[in-house]
Amino acid sequence: MATEILMPALSPTMEEGTLAKWLVKPGDQVKSGQILAEIETDKATMEFEAVDEGVIEALLVAEGTAGVKVNTPIATVLVEGEAAAPAAAPAPVAAPAPAEKPTPVAAKAAAPVAVVATASPDWPEGTPMKAMTVREALREAMAEEMARDETVYLMGEEVGEYQGAYKISQGLLDQFGPRRVIDTPITEHGFTGIAVGSAFAGLRPILEFMTFNFAMQAIDQIINSAAKTLYMSGGQMGCPIVFRGPNGAAARVGAQHSHDYAAWYAQIPGLKVVMPYSAADAKGLLKTAIRDGNPVIFLENEILYGRSFEVPDLPDFTIPFGKAKIWREGEDVTIVSFGIGMVHAIEAADKLAAEGISAEVIDLRTLRPIDYDTLIASVQKTNRCVTVEEGWPVGSIGNHLSATIMERAFDYLDAPVINCTGKDVPMPYAANLEKLALVTSDEVVAAVKKVTYR
Amino acid sequence: MASRKTAAASDKPNISREELLKYYREMLLIRRFEEKAGQLYGMGLIGGFCHLYIGQEAVVVGLEATAKEGDKRITSYRDHGHMLACGMDPKGVMAELTGREGGYSGGKGGSMHMFSKEKHFYGGHGIVGAQVPLGAGLAFADKYRGNDNVTFAYFGDGAANQGQVYETFNMAALWRLPVVFVIENNQYAMGTAQRRSTSSPDIHTRGTAFGIKGEAVDGMDVLAVKAAGERAVAACRAGKGPYILEAMTYRYRGHSMSDPAKYRSREEVQKMRDERDAIEHVRELLLTGAHATDDDLKAIDRDIKAIINEAAEFSKTSPEPDASALWTDVTV
Ligand SMILES: Cc1ncc(C[n+]2csc(CCOP(=O)(O)OP(=O)(O)O)c2C)c(N)n1
Ligand SMILES: [Mg+2]
Repeated sequence: MATEILMPALSPTMEEGTLAKWLVKPGDQVKSGQILAEIETDKATMEFEAVDEGVIEALLVAEGTAGVKVNTPIATVLVEGEAAAPAAAPAPVAAPAPAEKPTPVAAKAAAPVAVVATASPDWPEGTPMKAMTVREALREAMAEEMARDETVYLMGEEVGEYQGAYKISQGLLDQFGPRRVIDTPITEHGFTGIAVGSAFAGLRPILEFMTFNFAMQAIDQIINSAAKTLYMSGGQMGCPIVFRGPNGAAARVGAQHSHDYAAWYAQIPGLKVVMPYSAADAKGLLKTAIRDGNPVIFLENEILYGRSFEVPDLPDFTIPFGKAKIWREGEDVTIVSFGIGMVHAIEAADKLAAEGISAEVIDLRTLRPIDYDTLIASVQKTNRCVTVEEGWPVGSIGNHLSATIMERAFDYLDAPVINCTGKDVPMPYAANLEKLALVTSDEVVAAVKKVTYR
Repeated sequence: MASRKTAAASDKPNISREELLKYYREMLLIRRFEEKAGQLYGMGLIGGFCHLYIGQEAVVVGLEATAKEGDKRITSYRDHGHMLACGMDPKGVMAELTGREGGYSGGKGGSMHMFSKEKHFYGGHGIVGAQVPLGAGLAFADKYRGNDNVTFAYFGDGAANQGQVYETFNMAALWRLPVVFVIENNQYAMGTAQRRSTSSPDIHTRGTAFGIKGEAVDGMDVLAVKAAGERAVAACRAGKGPYILEAMTYRYRGHSMSDPAKYRSREEVQKMRDERDAIEHVRELLLTGAHATDDDLKAIDRDIKAIINEAAEFSKTSPEPDASALWTDVTV
């Protein structure tokens, strides 16, 4: 009886990959632990090891094949002797949820999202564009700024020799050398203090947290040292530093690795807070962040890293803080979001359009400062608003926007503002529960129907 | 490495057949469990992060051999081996890996976050280093109650650089807490080799400044680990305060399932597997000492395979948690 070897999932977010190379051929005897193939994910090339011992019967997918879905049979192996070993042959995956994708996000993975309208354009009309992932955009922004300014350096865990835990700093060590791309031990509180101290002394560190969950180890240095020193020194000593890394839920990584910190940092005077959605915004805003004289919290998202968008092909492209982007214009309701929340906002607007409800979609892009004017102007036009974010409901960005709208546009409102948020629980691991815990576009659609009384 | 094996055998000439067979079984159970977990991950049945313990089995099996009822253990996200070694049910562990109702956390914790009050296993922690003060806290509770239980607080060579470890050393020594700090030095913290992260490599000497006794032990030799563990545990039970054991070990697989492991050579890993494997070591002691025949060991292999297959089957058929579970256990 031949056992099928299935295309493996090699990372929490992988759905398909390229079968780069076979290291075995039919007839080969393989041992457990032996490398069968090299598989490329969007992050890395991985070696795929045999579990069962036996003889390779057939290779079902040719090397060089791209887009091989996880769990596709890629080879068969004749397992010796123990035909009786019952579970050696992987059952075709019958399990309901685990194999499904974690959030609707990845669905439209590679398709660039068109900009329908912006209040004032971020780049001149006719600018040549190129498709780029958020990951590449972030890397380019750092590389350009490091080339431009010798005081900019990158520090963090695995940023150098490993090329970045999420491959954002790929190639930077080669390009800039170990003086400016610095691997640290796992000592967040210590290295954050060192980076902040160096910023006091005039350097411009980019500090990568492997994920923002680990920045809690360093929260005192971020808030008490970085955010407050300019004020406490009467303006004498500032702290030009960027704290960046993935924030929020990835896929199935559990309660301690899935926290969205947007509302936390947005609460702190002395910080600037950026949470981009598109690759163009990631690039333009990261360059601005590196040039800013203040501590900037730059919240990225692992699920967005691999998504492609059109990015202007300009030698020095920046986007100012405090300027929202209107992704699409609409009449009936304002949907406002930021970061990965934009995926649900845009998806909801598409679904609503199909039902004849016209939604205006606004991406705040920066949470400190916030572009209140663009939001208020939109609400004055649509008279209704729904906010969307991944974080928890209590003390959320949505709460703050609701209060602001009430103060500044109360008489324009035809319905209470609804905040769509993550559920008020730590992130569960189980696939079905994780889905329920996250905000969805269906919840946004339902909220819009409620405020439009449909 | 023949020299090690002879040394280990002659150090402890009176190891019984039963004891050797027990270690063989326990280590093999962990190895096979982890291989199966890797396979289920590849099939998409396990999601998120999944850190395998393959290669390090002798550390936890050797130390568990020194524990008595009521002793506590706490570790990082690389926790499957610790759970199996303290007697937790492979079915419940595997079902947690697949996020099912039958898992130890009802599917809500996952690979990195499992607990068993019954077996005094306190997790399963995702933040590097955080389990070290928590472990001292468990020991604090035992001392407070006046019993002679000890706590094993496991952490990695990477975690050993976190500041909270040294705050904990100070207080544990100051208050003579019955905690064994077990540093599982597998030479890497993700892609960072220890020499690239650590100014003085002998982590077990870092307690010196606090007056904590420390020793290094061959973590690929279950008998050596057990012998060192007995010294540490005896000191703790006698009220002589904390103890540091640095177990020199090695992980064969990547840091987690998504680690391409390009920071070390294939040969380095293969050499470890070929020359230092902890299970092979005991296997040879059993065979050369005529404690067991090849057939005896094959029978054990079959037993374990059956246990693992049963666990895998359970982890696939146990239902997903009910949707209402989303809202439970947030507060009491
Ligand atoms: C505070 C914190 N920083 C970073 C991480 C990401 N991370 C997870 S495991 C790990 C390496 C830890 O290595 P080590 O302590 O040697 O344990 P091992 O994985 O080798 O068992 C890192 C950097 C984390 N989980 N927590
Ligand atoms: Mg390690």
